[in-house]
Amino acid sequence: MLKTDIGEGLHSQPVGDRKADGYVGTSVPRYGGLDRASGAQKYIADFNFADVLEAALVYVPVGRAEIESIDASEALAMPGVERVITAADLPDPMPWFGVNFKDRPVMVAKKVNYYGEPVALVLAEDADTARAAAKRVRVAYREIPGVYNREQAIAEGAPLAQDASDPRVRPNDPLRESNVIEKQLVTWGDVAEQEAKADLIVEGTYTYPMMTHFTIEPLGLVAEPTDDGGLTLHLPVQHPYLLQHMIAGLVKLPLSKVRILAPDPGGGFGGKQIAKYSPLMSFAALLTGRTVRFMYTLEETFLAIRRAGSWAHVRTGFSKAGDILFQDIQIDYVLGAYADVAPRVMTKGSYVGAGPYHTPAARIDARALLTNTTVSTAMRAYGVPQVSWSCESQINEGARQLGLDPAEVRRRNLAARDEAFIGGSHPSVSDGDWRQVLDKALELSDWNAPLGPNCGKGLAMAVKPSATTGLSQSLVRLLYDGSAMVYAGTSDMGQGARTIWSQAAADELGIPIDKVTVVSGDTDQVPFDLQTSASRSSVFMGDAVVRACRDLRGRVLAMYAEVTGADPEQLSHEPGKLITPDGELPLEEAARKALGSLRGEFIGQGTTRMTGVKGHPLGGPASFFELNCTVMKVEVDPETGYYKVLQHIVVGDAGIELNPVQIAAQDEGAAVMGIGQSAMEQYIFDEHGVLRNAGALDYRIPTFMDIADDFRSANVENLDGPGPYGAKGVSESGLLVTSAALGAAIQDATGVQVRDLPITYERLWAEINRSKTTV
Amino acid sequence: MSLMTEQLVTITATVNGDQVTMHVPAHRTLLEALRDLMGLTGTKSCCTEGECGACTVLLNGLTACSCLVLAAEVDGAEIVTIEGLAALDLQENFVAKGAVQCGFCTPGQIVSAHALLAQNPNPSEQDIREHMSGNLCRCGSYKRIIEAIQTTAEGRRNA
Repeated sequence: MLKTDIGEGLHSQPVGDRKADGYVGTSVPRYGGLDRASGAQKYIADFNFADVLEAALVYVPVGRAEIESIDASEALAMPGVERVITAADLPDPMPWFGVNFKDRPVMVAKKVNYYGEPVALVLAEDADTARAAAKRVRVAYREIPGVYNREQAIAEGAPLAQDASDPRVRPNDPLRESNVIEKQLVTWGDVAEQEAKADLIVEGTYTYPMMTHFTIEPLGLVAEPTDDGGLTLHLPVQHPYLLQHMIAGLVKLPLSKVRILAPDPGGGFGGKQIAKYSPLMSFAALLTGRTVRFMYTLEETFLAIRRAGSWAHVRTGFSKAGDILFQDIQIDYVLGAYADVAPRVMTKGSYVGAGPYHTPAARIDARALLTNTTVSTAMRAYGVPQVSWSCESQINEGARQLGLDPAEVRRRNLAARDEAFIGGSHPSVSDGDWRQVLDKALELSDWNAPLGPNCGKGLAMAVKPSATTGLSQSLVRLLYDGSAMVYAGTSDMGQGARTIWSQAAADELGIPIDKVTVVSGDTDQVPFDLQTSASRSSVFMGDAVVRACRDLRGRVLAMYAEVTGADPEQLSHEPGKLITPDGELPLEEAARKALGSLRGEFIGQGTTRMTGVKGHPLGGPASFFELNCTVMKVEVDPETGYYKVLQHIVVGDAGIELNPVQIAAQDEGAAVMGIGQSAMEQYIFDEHGVLRNAGALDYRIPTFMDIADDFRSANVENLDGPGPYGAKGVSESGLLVTSAALGAAIQDATGVQVRDLPITYERLWAEINRSKTTV
Repeated sequence: MSLMTEQLVTITATVNGDQVTMHVPAHRTLLEALRDLMGLTGTKSCCTEGECGACTVLLNGLTACSCLVLAAEVDGAEIVTIEGLAALDLQENFVAKGAVQCGFCTPGQIVSAHALLAQNPNPSEQDIREHMSGNLCRCGSYKRIIEAIQTTAEGRRNA
């Protein structure tokens, strides 16, 4: 059954050849878990650096402004202030950076594009002095019109969020004279034809708030010039290698002179991807020849990263029997002042807008809009929660109006395995037994159980496309004493990536898991990994680690043959073993025999590589899909709008649960984050584009009091993923449809459909009252 | 942090069982004193306004947000941080139950949970939720933290 598979692509992994009674599939404790529980784990703020200059940002108290002058003399006169850097100190022309578009200057010179955008950087011997001095940098500015929400951005004659009079702004982009930075139209079938057949058409407009990652560890970084003219950046980051490449390009250093040391992030969720102020701090370190540290406050973190809000208008057609005949979706994602990766948030999210159903016709007309607000970036589940809030609410409303069970409507419409659920020029087919997911959710929730007074239930499903391109490289060393080192550059930010790799490596090499050390977080030591995103750690790097172990076993075999004179054709290897004509040998014993008295070690290499497809809306077919079914039951106090989530069930499709406890923790964690986006979280900007609720006092995230009494997660396992042993990625699916399930449950309890998130108690109270007065 | 130019207050406190004398600027918080002066970085800083619980320590046996306490106020007090907590069972149960994910809030969670179990060896789920409600976990490990606390309580009762 086993063959040595060192093929590089996904979907070439033989399945079912894992070690019997191994670590894979068991809940081994989190790698590094006890260090985290004892306070020994070091995060970026916990390291000491000698001779540090502390940085503070200077920004103006409006969202859009022209800078007239900057007077730093008072700040510079303060004892301990080393330097104040403005755009004038940086290279001319100013280097710009970005992912989808290089649209972001390292520091703005004349025009501020969002509230919080730095116009000067103060460097001082201590943080208090730096922050005090930042307040004394006198910035003369003139507030100019900006666009701070969707309506302003698309209004006739709206100011442009990025000043198109600057020829460097998105050159050759036909959309540069508008606030639309990217458009995507995905269509299949004939919507008009289906519309003529429809027995019911539901129409609704839905909004989803801007929100933020709120990792408990705020952002922070240290830029350190090195003696050889290079630069070392220390920061928690989800993509050390992409950052290394970006910084090297900006400061014009070879990759070998730019090192990223990435301590484990204290939470990521997409917020620790993609450079924000690391280019600026890199230039500051090189300009001063000193180590520069910038520790963001939580409020500054709010001003640096957020998730895209959305507005959607959707028409959905149904047959009487509950067939979904068409989805006509118009959706705008509301981005910030620079593109970051958010145009892709729109394209990937809206692509799956019609859901995991075999809908015969759809039209998904999506736009990404720039506004003069906090830059919107990746966040858990990318752009799917926005579109699924709208479209799944539509399906629930259709089921309600038809008098059908929303679960049965799903069952009727779900795509079967290998059946297309997205048509058009770049279709996608189901990669799982999705009805099993629905059935499991119904079973766990006891869906048909009677409800108490003022109670309601809701259900929703959605699918998220995972990574479409990727490159993960791993090295594994089997040392002389039978211990092993795994080098894997994916960031362990809470998902528990090291645990999974150590489980796989221990099984593949046949050694105890406590003899496996995983090294990551250092671009000087660890081979390339593209990024930690899209639930890819177990799949992409997991496959690379397994391949490295198998490559290593092949090397043991070859050397064993050479040393013992055995015929290599007569030898084979399996997880943990070398098989000889005389019987099986534990791999470590065979390795020691092969190495002999000179000692040494074996080194294996593994790569997972997935290239994209030009012209595909996702950049290529998804490596796998994350599917979710969520059921929620609520009890509402109709007098006050207060509600309590009684039950919250999330079911996904993991392929195989490589570590059940870690997977449950990720699924539940996503679901809790889903409660936040659905019930309480939102950015509030004033008319000047100033964020009015930055920080923990005025922006509420879920607490112990907000989780359901009956809160459970589960997965179906059909060994049908492209990752190790048939794994699919997890970690994001739990929040795909929290909002739609909650909205439906509240409607079931109250008769009121809320179409704007978050469903705060106050908003629900207002909607209930409005429904009373309009009846 | 610059300490030399500011007015210093001399305090003596017991930190993790050791008597410590510190000269702290009058406006410095206990959180800053622990992390920056004593190198006890297990106590974490996030919101610095008493909302997130990442900086939770024991102050005379009760939980306190160390970001809201001035260091000058703790003269004569007994302080226990995550580094000085005798709660290996609780810590191991956090790991076993999957209650530790990114880990950044974990020290604060464990200090809070430890204080709860000291006051109430047999807490109900509602007791746990209410006591712990000031400790935010963005990884959303709440259910697992509750389980870890319940398992620890059970283990201690049976010990």
